[in-house]
Amino acid sequence: MANLEEFRAETRAWLEANCPPEMREPVRDDKDVYWGGRNGSFSSEAQGAWFDACVEKGYTVPAWPKEYGGAGLSPAEAKVLREEMARINARSPLHSFGIWMLGPALLQFGTEGQKKHFLNQIARGEIRWCQGYSEPGSGSDLVSLQTYGEDKGDHWVVNGQKIWTSYADKADWIFCLVRTDKEDKYRGITFMLYDMTTPGVSTKPIKLISGNSPFCETFFDDVKVPKSYGEDIPGFVGEINRGWDVAKYLLGHEREMISGAGNADRLTTIGAAMKRHTGELDPILRAQLAMFDVDALAFSAMGEKFLDEIKVGKAHPAQPNMMKYSGTELNKRRHELMMTAGGSRSLEWDSEVTRGGKPSREWLRTKANSIEGGTSEVMLNVIAKRILDLPGA
Amino acid sequence: MPLYHNDDQALLADTASQFMGEEGAIAKQLRHWRDKDCPDGFGHELWKQFAEMGFTGILVSEDDGGLGMGNVEAGIVLEQIGRNLTPSPFLSSAVLAATALGKGSADLRGRWLPGLLSGDSVFAVAVDEGPKHNPQKITTRAEKSGNGFRLNGAKSFVVQGASADMIVVAARTSGDDSDMDGLTLFAVPKDAAGLSQDAVRLVDSSMATHLKLDNVELDGDAVIGEVDGGREVLNAMLNAGRAGAAAEAVGVAGGSMDMTVDYLKQRKQFGRLIGEFQALQHRAAHLYSEVEIARAAVIKAQQLLDEGSEKAELMVAVAKAKAGIAAGLAVKEGVQMHGGIGMTDEYDIGLYMKRDRALSEFLGDANYHANRVAELSGY
Ligand SMILES: Cc1cc2nc3c(=O)[nH]c(=O)nc-3n(C[C@H](O)[C@H](O)[C@H](O)COP(=O)(O)OP(=O)(O)OC[C@H]3O[C@@H](n4cnc5c(N)ncnc54)[C@H](O)[C@@H]3O)c2cc1C
Repeated sequence: MANLEEFRAETRAWLEANCPPEMREPVRDDKDVYWGGRNGSFSSEAQGAWFDACVEKGYTVPAWPKEYGGAGLSPAEAKVLREEMARINARSPLHSFGIWMLGPALLQFGTEGQKKHFLNQIARGEIRWCQGYSEPGSGSDLVSLQTYGEDKGDHWVVNGQKIWTSYADKADWIFCLVRTDKEDKYRGITFMLYDMTTPGVSTKPIKLISGNSPFCETFFDDVKVPKSYGEDIPGFVGEINRGWDVAKYLLGHEREMISGAGNADRLTTIGAAMKRHTGELDPILRAQLAMFDVDALAFSAMGEKFLDEIKVGKAHPAQPNMMKYSGTELNKRRHELMMTAGGSRSLEWDSEVTRGGKPSREWLRTKANSIEGGTSEVMLNVIAKRILDLPGA
Repeated sequence: MPLYHNDDQALLADTASQFMGEEGAIAKQLRHWRDKDCPDGFGHELWKQFAEMGFTGILVSEDDGGLGMGNVEAGIVLEQIGRNLTPSPFLSSAVLAATALGKGSADLRGRWLPGLLSGDSVFAVAVDEGPKHNPQKITTRAEKSGNGFRLNGAKSFVVQGASADMIVVAARTSGDDSDMDGLTLFAVPKDAAGLSQDAVRLVDSSMATHLKLDNVELDGDAVIGEVDGGREVLNAMLNAGRAGAAAEAVGVAGGSMDMTVDYLKQRKQFGRLIGEFQALQHRAAHLYSEVEIARAAVIKAQQLLDEGSEKAELMVAVAKAKAGIAAGLAVKEGVQMHGGIGMTDEYDIGLYMKRDRALSEFLGDANYHANRVAELSGY
């Protein structure tokens, strides 16, 4: 514990010295978020300085081992860092599907060569990844996916279509589920890694109800995917035809992330802020806000408990599904209430006071929370089956 | 502190679970005393066993002969009480009154705590004055009289008041009805002249009283804490009680949910187990999530209380509200998913529903505590 306190003091001093004041302001829009990648550019000097300092220190991925670009922090230390960053409202230096999704899969299933190569790239924000799972005919029933990779010895030739691929048009590489055995539903999928600039890959952005186009249709037309990128760097994760294991493992992570469990300490109540913004609260709205705040504070305790339990292996392996279900439903409710409290002001779609319709666009965006990464209904199915052990689920 | 039980606490949980599952079981205690029309609504023998197990001393300091543990440990026992619907004076005596007495003089502690530790005494608390919990407003008056005080007023929902050897009474020694200051807590012996109680049986078969104080004369040494400074003792007592009631509610929720999920795996209709119907699976899974979240809120509140954190008050309100909501859902879904059998007295699920009602009302319902959360958050 004494060591932790020492670490806290060091961390506090380091953040004081390295996190520029601008990076302690709340995120206002897309420009305030850095995603890295070949085409990434900083929107301000402070953003660049903060990012560079974090890369240097291993703080884009604090809990990853040092040899893969992390800081090698223990779970307890990582928690201290999170708390200290939250204390000064420090922005996350790098947003990345590489960090949130591919990284954990590689740490679990990757070869040493893959880890050295890909994880370091991710930690330094050099390569931006996207996730190619869903297809037009395969959403909740993901394992029915049809995109096919024909074995050509040292490579596959991939044909098919993905959909809802977030940021596919901005990503450098894709981690993609491809069928490599048509006979075996579960053991016929390979988790492939390839460059989005490979000939035959094309993307078409889809506009969302929020007016933004963060995701795409992604087409593969005779795309040549190598089985190896060099010594001990296979072009797939885990084993050939066993990509479903990797995908399932990764979905656990994704669910945890979308649930907001990792930021439980940042999950705030909204009643007081709504009162500040709107003046007097309608009594019925006040009551709804109070009930929401009860749920939000209780859920943030749940997030804390969940993380504590994960650290010592006490959490039920299917618990991330419950976290995702509850966390996303709560977030939708939060934005419903914020829209109601904001009144006609929050309806404005592109005005300056709303910074380009932030309230309404965010409200609409949250509706995806209970769809992406597995729908709420699917989460409930999993809880019923794996936690409650209900028959036929 | 991580939000799960440490090894000692896990051991206590095992012990409490085994003890309550055997000695405190529904058939052995709740139904037994209910069907006998017992005026206490609980068994004194079981209360003695609680003492032998050390449960009654959990919140009593080691200096006073207790175990000097905290609200987490008291909550562990209460969760098992909730799960088994075990009727006992644990919450009112060993949590509420014990917390108040802990803030009292050495004389007071010496007078009352040994009986609690041995299981010979039962205590009650008299705070509410109307049908809804509202400790902001206390109209019961205590006027100076010689070396002591003269109390006048009326209290309601005094759980186990008729069985109690001593009742902690919140009264006003100065100021207006709704003032924060000017309250004083008194340890009133059951045989005090002018004290009268009307016992009523509640929906969950527990017993409570409407209590009257008609010129009750008390010595100055019946005061718990400071004269006019009772709000602090009252808040400490209520917060411990609310965290405890929330822990018991999580037990009620868990017991009811487990019983229901088991039933879904046994009952067949349309040639299938009813647990195969997705409509029921989803409701059960949602219920599970709510109960888990309530449990997290409760342990967080208990830990903050034990740490003496200034955030404890807010989290206790969250815990009492959330546990009430989750347990309410658990018992309603429980009865519904049992179908007709859920409406029968013979089947236990209805007993959970009754207990939840009384427990969620006790020390403030979910609305009361959601309002507290709003007030404490500044709106
Ligand atoms: C913002 C956003 C970003 C996304 N990003 C990505 C990405 O980067 N990469 C990627 O691969 N995918 C991505 N997705 C896709 C996402 O994973 C799918 O949308 C999701 O899995 C649901 O599939 P679907 O859209 O086909 O809906 P369907 O599966 O067709 O579901 C339709 C409805 O039926 C319900 N339903 C389906 N099956 C059952 C069942 N067994 N029991 C009960 N109800 C059921 C669902 O809950 C839902 O309400 C993204 C989605 C969104 C909204």
